[in-house]
Amino acid sequence: MIPVLLLSGAGLVKTVRFGRPVYVGDPINTLRIFNEKEVDEIVVLDIDATNRGQPPDVRKVEELAGECFMPLAYGGGITTVRQIAEILHAGAEKVVLNSALVSHPQTIVEGARRFGSQSIVVSIDVRHRLLRGNRVFTRGGTRANDMDPVKAACRAVDLGAGELLLNSIDRDGTYQGYDVELVRSVASAVPIPVVACGGARNVSDMLLVVQEGHASAAAAGSMFVFQGVHRAVLVNFPNVSVLDEQLFTPLGRELDV
Amino acid sequence: MITVIDYGVGNLLSIRNMLHRLGVASRISGDPADVMASAKIILPGIGAFGHGMTRLKSLGLDEALNRRVLDDGVPILGICLGMQLFSRRSEEGEVDGLGWLPADSVVFDNTRLRPRDRVPHMGWSEVAVRGNSRLLSPGDEQSRFYFVHSYHLVFDNPGEVTGWSTHGYSFASMVESGNIAGVQFHPEKSHRYGMAVLRNFAERY
Repeated sequence: MIPVLLLSGAGLVKTVRFGRPVYVGDPINTLRIFNEKEVDEIVVLDIDATNRGQPPDVRKVEELAGECFMPLAYGGGITTVRQIAEILHAGAEKVVLNSALVSHPQTIVEGARRFGSQSIVVSIDVRHRLLRGNRVFTRGGTRANDMDPVKAACRAVDLGAGELLLNSIDRDGTYQGYDVELVRSVASAVPIPVVACGGARNVSDMLLVVQEGHASAAAAGSMFVFQGVHRAVLVNFPNVSVLDEQLFTPLGRELDV
Repeated sequence: MITVIDYGVGNLLSIRNMLHRLGVASRISGDPADVMASAKIILPGIGAFGHGMTRLKSLGLDEALNRRVLDDGVPILGICLGMQLFSRRSEEGEVDGLGWLPADSVVFDNTRLRPRDRVPHMGWSEVAVRGNSRLLSPGDEQSRFYFVHSYHLVFDNPGEVTGWSTHGYSFASMVESGNIAGVQFHPEKSHRYGMAVLRNFAERY
């Protein structure tokens, strides 16, 4: 169970289908709230960086990592191995690359070689297109790539990714549940962990995507930061005993990685 | 006052912030004078053994640490590379370690790993408590900790090891020998389980 936080400017936002960003709070305060919970990893993505062609803000990473009492995966605007080195040195445990899969594949290769595949997460954003089926989008969902998600996932593995973060753009922020079929098609095609994201409404959705979709972990944004149908901002995280009971017990602890 | 030693290897803010959360006074410093004046020390660190040791020496911290820890018996907690530096040497480089522990730092033995066990070992693992541990209590068996490492310590006498974890095979993940303690995992990244370890170091040492 992994919260995904989106950085935009100085604040955190939450999107719907990658659009309509709504301010949800200050990143440091939000991280402090998650520090009280048993969050096993947190993902922070700077959604401005790629779109504006900005490099990652390493100072920001340092500040965020210092507030994280859990492993941090950081993404947004990463194109070079030097940036990966700086982000890891600033205290993040993993980097998340997305557009680089298409624009800077060699950075993934070299990053995995130097820092280990385990530190290199490739995120794949998928949108359903009417006649073409599921297709991969980059640059924050703005650029269409005529690539099938399973092919993109296999390419990421070949380049050296140690983990995939698979986003459904269509489900993002909609509370419709995960695209379990999409997750299963990718998870069954690659030998590395696939973290599912997009559409989570509750713990049952997470259970479903792990059991039926073969995801190794479930990530969510809105579910953790909004409360109720009016999307009131309230950072929350399910009680760990509820989680253990619903998520891990039926499948054993090996999931709990 | 706990001094968290800054020798230029990694972000130390999460350690300081976690200590702050626990109400434990600490300072981040790379000044040997601060080491000489502190009642407790944490030696953190990530990265290469040789680089870390060279940094300690160039800042004059190795001498201060030897005097404070070996002569004065001040409690010290090594974290990850920090613990490995307490050993005699590492397969990783030519530079000798501090040599406080009868142990060497070795890379994960590929021949004993299963295909799915990657190096570095990265992720959450349990720590089985053995013998008398002050950092963890026997009731803490459910605790899980976050690890990121390619090397681990091998002891001449495993009796000083108070915690064992498994990555392909069992390795020493916690050591407590008098005033010298070390953990291979990152308590500062292991939320409430890690907080318990830092609190125990602050209170029981």
